[in-house]
Amino acid sequence: MSKVSRRKLIGAGLGAAAGAGGLVLAGRLAKSNGLIPPDGRGFYGPGETLTYAAQRLLTRHSLAREFPAADISKAPFANEVAPMGDDFKRLRDGGFADWRLAVDGLVARPVSFSIAEIKSFPRLSHITHLACEEGWSYIAEWTGAPLFHILDLAGTLPQARYVVYRSIQPDWWESIDMADALHPQTLVAHGMNGGELPVGFGGPLRLRVPRQLGYKSVKFINRITVTDSLKGFGKGLGPASPEAGYAWYAGI
Amino acid sequence: MADSVWIPSAVALTASPSRHSGVVRITHWLTTLCFLALLLTGVEILLSHPRFYWGEAGSVNTAPLFKLPLPSSRATVPTGYGYVLHDQNGWSRYLHFQAAWAAVLTGLFYVISGVLSGHFRRNLLRDGPYDTLQRLTYLGVIFGLFPLVIWTGLAMSPAIASAFPFAVSVLGGQQSARTIHFFVSVLLVLFLVVHVVMVYVHGFRSRMRGMITGEQI
Repeated sequence: MSKVSRRKLIGAGLGAAAGAGGLVLAGRLAKSNGLIPPDGRGFYGPGETLTYAAQRLLTRHSLAREFPAADISKAPFANEVAPMGDDFKRLRDGGFADWRLAVDGLVARPVSFSIAEIKSFPRLSHITHLACEEGWSYIAEWTGAPLFHILDLAGTLPQARYVVYRSIQPDWWESIDMADALHPQTLVAHGMNGGELPVGFGGPLRLRVPRQLGYKSVKFINRITVTDSLKGFGKGLGPASPEAGYAWYAGI
Repeated sequence: MADSVWIPSAVALTASPSRHSGVVRITHWLTTLCFLALLLTGVEILLSHPRFYWGEAGSVNTAPLFKLPLPSSRATVPTGYGYVLHDQNGWSRYLHFQAAWAAVLTGLFYVISGVLSGHFRRNLLRDGPYDTLQRLTYLGVIFGLFPLVIWTGLAMSPAIASAFPFAVSVLGGQQSARTIHFFVSVLLVLFLVVHVVMVYVHGFRSRMRGMITGEQI
């Protein structure tokens, strides 16, 4: 073995060792800072972790772009949902007067609110872009109570890490981290484009998460659960979406 | 007689670039692997909505800029085909972003080592082993198309758009970013086709050996 190639070999070996050490250190740092997503394991774990960690570092406090009223899409696309269940139909026939949004889990005071109560809470409106992971999108004005306000009323405990939210429709639920749950633009939306939130767009209540793709904005929500771990939910991946093959973090 | 002293070093300098360095060979094949994964998954994602728009927003309720004559993996997209393909978006998106990260990290390593080792200076910034058209093409792909495809890809991310709104608006909006992303991908595929044809024309076995083992071509 020539002198040069040995030197190269030692250099490459040291480089590889430093790289591996750096990766282990980066992994530990990511874990201690809560930068590993619930689906950050397995074959796609490295890519998901890099995406989530990088975007959280860059976007923790960023605000979704807001548009002027002239940019509101004339014909937003509602997308299709599974046929509505009997529970939904019964509540709809009663004008949603009996619809409740329950807040439980790691909260000081588990509560539940009617639509009328939620409409009486401080309102926030924003004109934002909703993009589906399929590629289409629309711009609409969303009105609702900020999720942080509803969480404050229930008294989120300090160990909270995720908020799980469920649709009245079976097997439809999602979760977000506290950065998005406490984000000022994350709404429990009850209005759209100046009117009531139409059923097609998730009425009477939809969680609107404007910094993530449309599939995180679950329609017809009736329960919010604060938790420190997603392990007890579904198959442990947290939301329904990884079980259907979709990534938990949808900021990209 | 100064020439006789000078010529050997000049020969050594011009002869070495036709031998691909280890960094070039490894990053070349990693990029190839990533590109094929990105292409396959990109097509899968595209099939869920083979329509393109300009501006910020667009859906089946809006007139498209153009649509591709392809079937879709969504029943909500009118394609004229009597069938709907299977939804492959879940794993396709996972693999697309994983391959994108691998490609970006590989590309960063290639560019940094290319600057430090003089690879760009010797082989791409002046006449060396490649003619002018080849050099312009390689430089355009490395420093034009690749950065643009990364930028337009990131501009589709709602979180990135929230942190860097200018990076989206300067492209004309998120749907414009998607449309540009598609055209840049088409250009990259064209480059790949021409690149492979050139390898065939100049001797497939020797070029492949050169890029795999680093042997002199």
